[in-house]
Amino acid sequence: MSPRYAYYPGCSGLGSSLEYDTSTRAMCESLGVELVDIPDWNCCGSTPAHAVDHLLSACLAGRNLEIADGMAEERKLDGIITPCPSCLKNLKTTQRSLSDPEFRRKVEQVLGKPLRAGLPIKSVLQVVVEDLGVEALGRLVKTPLAGMRVVPYYGCIMVRPPRLMRFDDPENPMALDNLLRELGAEVLPFALKTDCCGAALGTVRKDVVARLSGRILDAAVEAGADAIVTACPLCQMNLDMRRPQINRANRSRHNLPVFYYSQLAGLASGQGEAATMMDKLCVSPRLLLNSLAQHTGERA
Amino acid sequence: MPSHPNVIDPAFTGEVQRESEQNLALCYQCGNCTAGCPVSFAYDYTVNQIMRLVQAGRKREALSSHAIWLCASCETCTTRCPNDIDVARVMDALRHMARREDMVSEKAVGAFWKSFLDSVEKHGRVYELGLMAAYAGRTGRMFTDVDLAPMALRKGKLGLKAHDIEKIAEIRGIFDRYREQQQ
Ligand code: SF4
Ligand code: SF4
Repeated sequence: MSPRYAYYPGCSGLGSSLEYDTSTRAMCESLGVELVDIPDWNCCGSTPAHAVDHLLSACLAGRNLEIADGMAEERKLDGIITPCPSCLKNLKTTQRSLSDPEFRRKVEQVLGKPLRAGLPIKSVLQVVVEDLGVEALGRLVKTPLAGMRVVPYYGCIMVRPPRLMRFDDPENPMALDNLLRELGAEVLPFALKTDCCGAALGTVRKDVVARLSGRILDAAVEAGADAIVTACPLCQMNLDMRRPQINRANRSRHNLPVFYYSQLAGLASGQGEAATMMDKLCVSPRLLLNSLAQHTGERA
Repeated sequence: MPSHPNVIDPAFTGEVQRESEQNLALCYQCGNCTAGCPVSFAYDYTVNQIMRLVQAGRKREALSSHAIWLCASCETCTTRCPNDIDVARVMDALRHMARREDMVSEKAVGAFWKSFLDSVEKHGRVYELGLMAAYAGRTGRMFTDVDLAPMALRKGKLGLKAHDIEKIAEIRGIFDRYREQQQ
């Protein structure tokens, strides 16, 4: 039976990372993973909620867990998945905190409902890599990303903290590396693959963001990459949309595009640029995509 | 470093311990957390110094530090602490306490987060444009990302309409009951 999950898109999937949400849904469909949207889901509170109060954070995340619980049996759900690592961390932290009966009582009181929160919670990436295997994605490849030199950028919380996330290696994760290689890309070693880009401080302390994100861009260029590939909507927006601010602050002129891995998976499996929403990227991938098309044409 | 009178509050260590659910006595000041902390360059106290302040009961200095607000919640410290202390959760707990005691020193960060949660309370989800406007109003700053707006709008990255969830009453109820519990 094909796997079926409750899907939590997260707020950014409606706006700033529409291309991530859209290409993730397409990728899951082509892999035979069925997604059931959590009906009427609400914001999990992201960084501000857990930074302000753990109880409020758990209640906001908890409402979504409760809705998923409610349909788990009828829809035969295998778990809850989300593309966003920040949402993932909040949902998982909440689930863990609920093992304390006193805390659970408080959360249930605020929610006004009992809460089971027993479904496994994972990132979409984890399901693809661990449950299906990257080969499953490889079998869908029609036009390999040959000649594309990429660095995988996991961001800080996709694999951290390890005891909570339970996915891959916290210092040197390989999930994205292996996945991108399967798509035919040339994956370069990247020392900063889990370093923080500072997204949480985005609007408020741009000086800090420019420095952290600048380091990541510098290192990617130094590694010889044509593009950065990420699995986090906050990282992507930071490195892509904030690029003019970062370049200005650091007097740099970085112009390498930042893709979502799901966009590249779609592209390699022949979904085309429109379906994978390449036009949503702020730093244009035009030149790179042209040379990729040329490359593919030559080999054909 | 800012100079505060070194008032020692012996109860403070226990309060942080309870709020963060971490055994702070385990910290032996190895400095691993600081070595990996990406925002250390902007901190007034490094993260291991914050741990030390907490152990020593130096409440004022810890709660009014800038460091706790500049922390990006990246979890590197937690990942690398040899004693398995969830250091990022300690930073979280200090922010909660600083807010309650009205000692938030990075006002802009506090204001942004408040605006974010207001947006969630109002719509059930984050409405990015409304959030920016509220934040600008609260801090008296200009819309600080105004230079990004044309690109963000062109790419459809900044929704012009709020997406309210259907059962918004449930979210308001959560916020109301949460506030009651806090009293
Ligand atoms: S890494 Fe852990 S033990 Fe070492 S200084 Fe930081 S908190 Fe203390
Ligand atoms: S979680 Fe905060 S204190 Fe810990 S390493 Fe990251 S930025 Fe530094």
